Amino acid sequence: MSGGMPPRSSMPGAGDGASGEWEVVIGLEIHVQLSTNTKMFCSCPVTFGEEPNTMVCPVCLGHPGTLPVANERAVEYATRIALALGCRIAEHTVFHRKNYFYPDLPKSYQISQFDLPLGLGGRLDVELDDGSLFPVGVTRVHMEEDAGKLVHAGGATGRIHGADYSLVDFNRGGTPLVEVVSEPDMRTPEQARAYLTQLKGLLEHLGVSDVNMEEGSLRCDANVSVRRPGAPLGVKTELKNMNSFRYVQRGLEAEIERQISALEDGETIVQATVHFDPVTGSITTLRSKEEAHDYRYFPEPDLVPIEIDEAYVERVRASVPELPAARRQRFVADYGLPAGDAGILAANRPLGDYFERVAELSGDARLSANWVTGDLSAHLNSTGVGVHESAVTPEALAGLLALLGDGTLSSKLAKDVFQVMLETGRDARAIVDERGLGQISDVVELEGIIAAIVEANPGPTEEFRQGREKVLSFFVGQVMKQTKGQANPKLLNELLRKHLAG
Amino acid sequence: MEVFSLTARACRDLLGSGEASATELVDLYLDQVERVDDRVGAFLLVDREGALAQAAAVDAKPRAERLPWEGVPIALKDLLCVEGMETTCASRILKGYRPPYDATVVAKLRAAGLVLLGKLNMDEFAMGSSTENSSVQLTHNPWDLERVPGGSSGGSAACVAAAEAPWSLGSDTGGSIRQPASLCGVVGMKPTYGAVSRYGLIAFASSLDQIGPLTRDVSDAAALLDIIAGKDPMDSTSVGLPAPIALPTRTDLTGLRFGVIREFLGEACEPGVRRVFDGAVAAIHAAGGVCDELQLPSVEKGLAAYYIIAPAEASSNLARFDGVRFGHRSEGASDLIDMYSRTRSEGFGEEVKRRIMIGTYVLSSGYYDAYYTQAQKTRTLIADDFRRAFGQVDYLISPTSPTVAFRIGERTQDPLAMYLSDLCTIPANLAGLPAISIPAGLSDGLPVGLQIVGPHFSEQGLLEAAYAVEQGLGLSDLPPIAEAAR
Amino acid sequence: MISREEVEHIARLSRLRFEEDELERLQHGLSAILDYVKTLGELDLDGLEPTAHAVDLKNVLRADEPGVCLSQAAAVANGPVVEAGQFVVPRIG
Repeated sequence: MSGGMPPRSSMPGAGDGASGEWEVVIGLEIHVQLSTNTKMFCSCPVTFGEEPNTMVCPVCLGHPGTLPVANERAVEYATRIALALGCRIAEHTVFHRKNYFYPDLPKSYQISQFDLPLGLGGRLDVELDDGSLFPVGVTRVHMEEDAGKLVHAGGATGRIHGADYSLVDFNRGGTPLVEVVSEPDMRTPEQARAYLTQLKGLLEHLGVSDVNMEEGSLRCDANVSVRRPGAPLGVKTELKNMNSFRYVQRGLEAEIERQISALEDGETIVQATVHFDPVTGSITTLRSKEEAHDYRYFPEPDLVPIEIDEAYVERVRASVPELPAARRQRFVADYGLPAGDAGILAANRPLGDYFERVAELSGDARLSANWVTGDLSAHLNSTGVGVHESAVTPEALAGLLALLGDGTLSSKLAKDVFQVMLETGRDARAIVDERGLGQISDVVELEGIIAAIVEANPGPTEEFRQGREKVLSFFVGQVMKQTKGQANPKLLNELLRKHLAG
Repeated sequence: MEVFSLTARACRDLLGSGEASATELVDLYLDQVERVDDRVGAFLLVDREGALAQAAAVDAKPRAERLPWEGVPIALKDLLCVEGMETTCASRILKGYRPPYDATVVAKLRAAGLVLLGKLNMDEFAMGSSTENSSVQLTHNPWDLERVPGGSSGGSAACVAAAEAPWSLGSDTGGSIRQPASLCGVVGMKPTYGAVSRYGLIAFASSLDQIGPLTRDVSDAAALLDIIAGKDPMDSTSVGLPAPIALPTRTDLTGLRFGVIREFLGEACEPGVRRVFDGAVAAIHAAGGVCDELQLPSVEKGLAAYYIIAPAEASSNLARFDGVRFGHRSEGASDLIDMYSRTRSEGFGEEVKRRIMIGTYVLSSGYYDAYYTQAQKTRTLIADDFRRAFGQVDYLISPTSPTVAFRIGERTQDPLAMYLSDLCTIPANLAGLPAISIPAGLSDGLPVGLQIVGPHFSEQGLLEAAYAVEQGLGLSDLPPIAEAAR
Repeated sequence: MISREEVEHIARLSRLRFEEDELERLQHGLSAILDYVKTLGELDLDGLEPTAHAVDLKNVLRADEPGVCLSQAAAVANGPVVEAGQFVVPRIG
């Protein structure tokens, strides 16, 4: 291992070196574990956190004589991903063997895809913080199988280097993976992070993966190089092992900084795999192997080609939930929602579904959106409860909005009732009735109260009649005081004027 | 009972009539193993206890409740996984390996009630044509103990020839069933690629390997094929057969056309082999069949294509033997890479290493297209040639092996000479075609086999044709070891 | 004739180690075989598709339904060195 180098204390903005401008070029390779029931090529369950080597069979342990059989649902999920990224779906796709020795790779080859991947040539439009869209090309989407897990034992660090020996657990081995390879279209670590965030949201939306970086169901490698603007691409390094969004950004910043400072010091960049240590913030270059990788890809003879016809593509397309971007547009166009609300509701599939149900039941989409993105979201966020588990169902919220619409409740009271609904799970009508919270919209009742107050306050009455409009608020206050704020304000105003006018 | 006269059908009949119990049959064969195997060397493992226990269980069953083949013994090439039974591929690297599962064919044998006698010698990982590449022992040809039994299923062929089992299973990647069957004077059949599941067959070359029967006659081959064939959900490349295989009955070949592959009668073909082959052709004529010579120019390149494809797949298939999860591990390695290299260098024999090296080379960066792609295209060419030929004739015939059994040690120094043993058998593997070798006569006291090749999934017809030729030839020769045993 | 360096490179890729005299023999042995198989170059293969499988099959897929796993004891039973239900491998770095 060559020396790790801590970042300089004054980190220049990525792209700027002491000797002038550098352009950063980043491409990401994302590995997504699919949330299928079983592994890619055998029927062992896909699990996390089980006792070592208990979720294995002769096939995923690579026992001699065993053979792979591809998981139908994994192919479907991979097709969903490729379609959602706008890829061309291959009519003829083939698995290859990628040959290399490593203890977590039971067969000493990984079944992957090579020159005939499932999906080619897609694009993801990444929304940046300022709301602008930034297109990132997707080179390819292919299927493969995951490796097992190594635990490094003995030695001081518990890490690979310096460990005395390692232990291998194959529970994860054979889990279906989809690799999404981007074009080198990103120019800053922020863009890379935004791409990753957007892709994560998309995968979540597709319902094909747990997309949990900490648990490894979403993994990110980055190819990074820097160059003078307009110059040919520089030598790239592969940054591995970034298991959180923050580390992706910090790791990229550190590696870019390392490359720029090396180039400015007149050194050359060597093609290598580098690791980012989130604890020290430093980059370590793995010693370049004595021999270059030579994976000796060839078509996996134990599997047969997959041929995908138009009917299959259409079936999978139909099973793909509406994508966030399309949904946002539809919310604006069909419901007249403001872009902000539409964006929030479209980004979160269950929340968007909830909104649509409320809007349908209440018949007032804007009001529904206000409540779902406002009070409901605030509650969900503060309690960490998912919208599915919310005590207030879409039907219940629609019921509340109906009371608001017919004037039974004021906005202020509706908010209070909503809190009670969240706490008790009861419906709005029951709460209003029980607590006598409904607005007083009864003309006779209000007129009685008003008459008494007008009679008791001859002075202000006279002032009003002489044109001092301001006195009206005094009477409103008096009526509200007496009705505990339940008087229908609009009706009250009308009736007061009538009475005061004499 | 005279063990050399017994076919598997005869065993079945003895059991069915009650003339012999399953235990008596197993004892009969175990005794024969005891008597001859120190000279033949076919068995790597004799599961005396297991076989007797299985036989006792059969005997405990009322005869009316037994399955047709229940209680008939069988022995297996040592690359078929049997749960809990040491399975080594005759390699040091798998010494002590006990598979945690049964191969699909083994499960089928069990389901049919066959009794497993044990595991048979082979060339290490099925790489060889003489069984001399076994890391454990030599197997001797029952017709002449100084000669090889052929390979790689040498143990499977020799054990049937020496009547140590009524029948056996082998595997055929480039002739590994047919060539030893030919050299040992028994019937050996390689089914269409996909007819029999490969699950649990320790792979040599995945796109070429097929499991098949080695038997005393064609009818037994039909019966055993019927037991083991079938589509298997554990093998993506398996298809099964269009219909169950029936025992063949055809004796008249009228209306059938046989194509004699001219390329396999060239100078590599020994005169004695040619003489016996011509006799077989005459027998086909006599039975009413028509034989025409025809050319299949591409098949001569089969050997070259094979020695690219098979080692390439093998180099990858054998990479899993890395000392981590099973099998041999070298001790005292300083680190992981050292452990890998030592384990594999100690565990594999010379021929296996040579083929891993060739396979790695032809797949490596810069060479893939020149070798592998060319070989795959040659495969297409050969398959096309066969397809055209089957437009003109029903079956293709040739000698199975250009020579009779050679002397032990004769070809071990020259890999290319050894590879030539499979010249006539390899094209059927490349094209995935079913092929059978049946005894056609003797040349200087050594067996010569006739190979018959048919179109994909033509097994029933192929067996019928082979049966008719077998009846026409009417051979009843026994190896000298049978006389000695009398 | 393939070079000594190529033989050593292929041996490393294959995780095989050879003694000096073996390397020498391998260099000649492999060259002879490679020269022989290279005769495929004499064939006119233009326009032919490579054949990976002799029997044409496609779309062989398995339903996503869980099956039976091995017990931990059975899973590691053949392991040459095992600790705490896991396979032990020597120092990697």
